[in-house]
Amino acid sequence: MRPSTVVFALLGPLAAATVMVLALSGPSTAAHQPRLDANRALVARLGLTDLALFTEARYTRHPSQADLHSALQDHPGAFDHFPSGSLLPPPALVRRHASLDRKAASPD
Amino acid sequence: MHPWIEKQRHLIDFTLAALARRKTRNAGLLVAYTLIVFVLASLMLFANALRTEAAYVLAASPEVILQRMVAGRHDLIPPGYIERIGRLRGVQKIEGRLWGYYYDPVVNANYTFMARPADEVADGRIMVGATLARERGLAPGNTISFRSYSGRLFTFDVAAVLSPDSELLSADLVLLSERDFRAFFEYPAGHWTDVALAVVNPLEVRNVAAKLAAALPDSRPILREEVLRTYESVFDWREGIVLTVLAGAILAFTILAWEKASGLSADERREIGILKAIGWETGDVIRMKLWEGLLVSLTAFLLGFVAAWVHVFHFGAAVFAPVLKGWAILYPRFTLVPAVDGLQVATLFFFTVVPYTAAVLVPIWRAATTDPDAVMRA
Amino acid sequence: MIELSAVRKAFNQGQGNEYWALHGIDLAIEAGKVTAFRGPSGSGKTTLLTVVGCLARPTSGRVRFKGEDISALPERFLTEIRRQSFGFVFQQFNLIKGLSALENVILPAFPTGRPRRELVAAAEALFDRLKLGHRAGARVEWLSGGEQQRVAIARALINDPEVIIADEPTANLDTALSMEFMGILEGFTAAGKTVLLTSHDPLVVESAAVHRVVGMRDGRLTDH
Repeated sequence: MRPSTVVFALLGPLAAATVMVLALSGPSTAAHQPRLDANRALVARLGLTDLALFTEARYTRHPSQADLHSALQDHPGAFDHFPSGSLLPPPALVRRHASLDRKAASPD
Repeated sequence: MHPWIEKQRHLIDFTLAALARRKTRNAGLLVAYTLIVFVLASLMLFANALRTEAAYVLAASPEVILQRMVAGRHDLIPPGYIERIGRLRGVQKIEGRLWGYYYDPVVNANYTFMARPADEVADGRIMVGATLARERGLAPGNTISFRSYSGRLFTFDVAAVLSPDSELLSADLVLLSERDFRAFFEYPAGHWTDVALAVVNPLEVRNVAAKLAAALPDSRPILREEVLRTYESVFDWREGIVLTVLAGAILAFTILAWEKASGLSADERREIGILKAIGWETGDVIRMKLWEGLLVSLTAFLLGFVAAWVHVFHFGAAVFAPVLKGWAILYPRFTLVPAVDGLQVATLFFFTVVPYTAAVLVPIWRAATTDPDAVMRA
Repeated sequence: MIELSAVRKAFNQGQGNEYWALHGIDLAIEAGKVTAFRGPSGSGKTTLLTVVGCLARPTSGRVRFKGEDISALPERFLTEIRRQSFGFVFQQFNLIKGLSALENVILPAFPTGRPRRELVAAAEALFDRLKLGHRAGARVEWLSGGEQQRVAIARALINDPEVIIADEPTANLDTALSMEFMGILEGFTAAGKTVLLTSHDPLVVESAAVHRVVGMRDGRLTDH
C-alpha cells in the first residue's frame, strides 16, 4: 500500500477524534452540570472554601485560608516542604497584602 | 483524481520513503515529540478542568470569612466577638464556624472535622467523606473510634458517607454535631474557629470587609474573590513543577529543531540536487520537505493530544497522581469536567507544528534553490 | 533541433577561482541522431551536456531548443522543459539510495501529478524492455552496476523525453554490458529519439550506433 494512504488512514481518524473531542467538550461539560451543581450546593451548605486536593498539611489543605505570616515561613511554596507547593503558588492575598488588611485610619 | 492532489500524494510518498530509510531514528524522534506534547497537553487539560470546577463550585463559598489573628497566628474567636460585629448593612447572616484538623495515626492521614447543626447530624454520629470512608473501610452503620488529643477515645457511628461525586471537596471531611466537636477537641465554650458572613450584594462585600477590619482590628477578612483567585493560579504555567516541565519541553523542542536546522549532510544535499536534475522544481523540493515537517509534527500533536485527553478524562491524570498526592494519604478520586480552553489548544498546536516545520525547511532552502548542474559534476 | 550560439560558461565568476569551462561553442545538433562528444577530462564535455540539457544556464550565448530560446527562461519553465523533453543518465547513476528501483524510476514524474497507477505501469513496461522486471522491488544499492545503469536509463525514459543525455555511460561497465548498452542506443534511434553522450571509450565512439562524433578540448570544439 502506498505510504501516503497509510498515513492518511492513521491521521484521518486521529484528526477526526481531535475535532470531535473539541467540539463535544461543550456538550460533555453540560453532562457534568448536575454533579457540579450538587457540589456547589455542598459548598454553600457546609461553607467550604477549598478543594481537598492536598491533604498533607493544614496550609496545603486550606490554601485560601493560609496564615498571613506562615505563608513565607511554612507555605507550600517552599519546595522542601511539600511537592504540592510547586503546583499551587501562595495565594495572591498573601503575596500582596490585600488593601483591606489595615483599613483602619492610619495614625497620622 | 485531481493532479494537484495526486502530486501532493507523490511528494508525501517520497518523503515517507525517505524517512523510512532511518526507521529507528525517526520513530524515536516521533515518540519523543509525541511524549512532549502528551505531557504538556495533559497538564493543560488537567489544569483547565480543575480550574473550571473550582471556579464553579467555590462560587458558593461564603462571601466573607473572618479570622482572628493573635501575634500573627490564627486564633480562636472569643465569646462576644461576633456581637461586636453588630449590625452591618448588607450582611444577611453571621455564623460562627467550628472546624479543625485531626491527625489519624492509624493511616497517617489528616482529616478536617467540621461541626454541623443538629438537624444534619445527631450526637454520636458522623458523616464522612468518600475518600476517608474508602481508606478506613467505612460504610453507613459502621463504628469508628478516634483518640482525641487529650488521650480519650471517642466512638462514633457512621450515619452517612458523602457522595463520591464530591470527593474533590469532601475527601477528608468528618461532619459531627457541635456538642461532639467541642467535647472531642475540648474546645473552649463560646469560642469559634472563624466567622462566616453572607453578604447579598456582591458589590457591597469589600465595604463590609473594610468595616469589619475597622471594627475589629485583630481580624482578617478573607473574601470569596480571594478564595477564587487562589484556585485560578493552580497549575499555573509560571509556577513550580509546571514551569519546570514547560522549560524542559521547550529545551527539548529547541534541541530537536536545532538538530534539524543545523545544516544538511553532503548526502542530503546531493539528493536534493538529484531530484532537481531529474525534473523537480525548487517549489516541489520545498513542498516535499514541508510535508515532512508537517506530517511529523502533526502526528506528534494529534497522537499526543488524543492520548492526553484519554489520560486526563478517562484515567484521571494518573501520571500526575504521585506529584499531586505528595505525602498525603487521602487522595480524592474525581472525574474532571472536560472543559477545553480553545486558545490554549490552538497555542499548543501552533507551537508544535510551526517551529518544527520551519526547522525542517530552513536548511534545505539553500540546497533547493541551487542549480542542479552540481550533481553532474559530482 | 538543438542549437548553441557562442555559448560560454564560467564557474565561481568574480571570485578568485573563476574558471571558464566553455569558451564559445557554436553547435547544431540534429534530431533523431546519436551524437558523441569525445575529449580529455577537463575539456568541458560534461558542462556542455548540462547546458544543452537545461541543467544550467550559459554565462553568455544562446541555446535554442526546437527553435525556442531557452537560455533565459525562468526556472519553472526551464524545469518543465527539462522534465518533459530531456532524460539524463549520469555517470555515477545518481540513484536515490534506500528506495527501490521502481520508486527511483517513477520519481521524475512526480511533479506532473500523473496517477501512480499509470506511472507504475509505464515503469514496469520499461523494466520489461530493459530486462529488469524481476528487480523492480529491490533496493537500488543491492543491484549490480549493469542493473543500476539500466534503472538509471529507465528513470531517464519515464517521462518519454525526446532527448536522452548520457554522461560516460560505459565508464563503469564491462565489455558485455557495454555492447548491451549500444544495443539500447540503437533502440533509441529506432524510436526516433535524439541522443547526446560523452565518452572516452572507443567502443562507444567508434560504434556504428553513433552517427556523429564531436571532439572537444579546453572548452572548445576541435573537430565536428
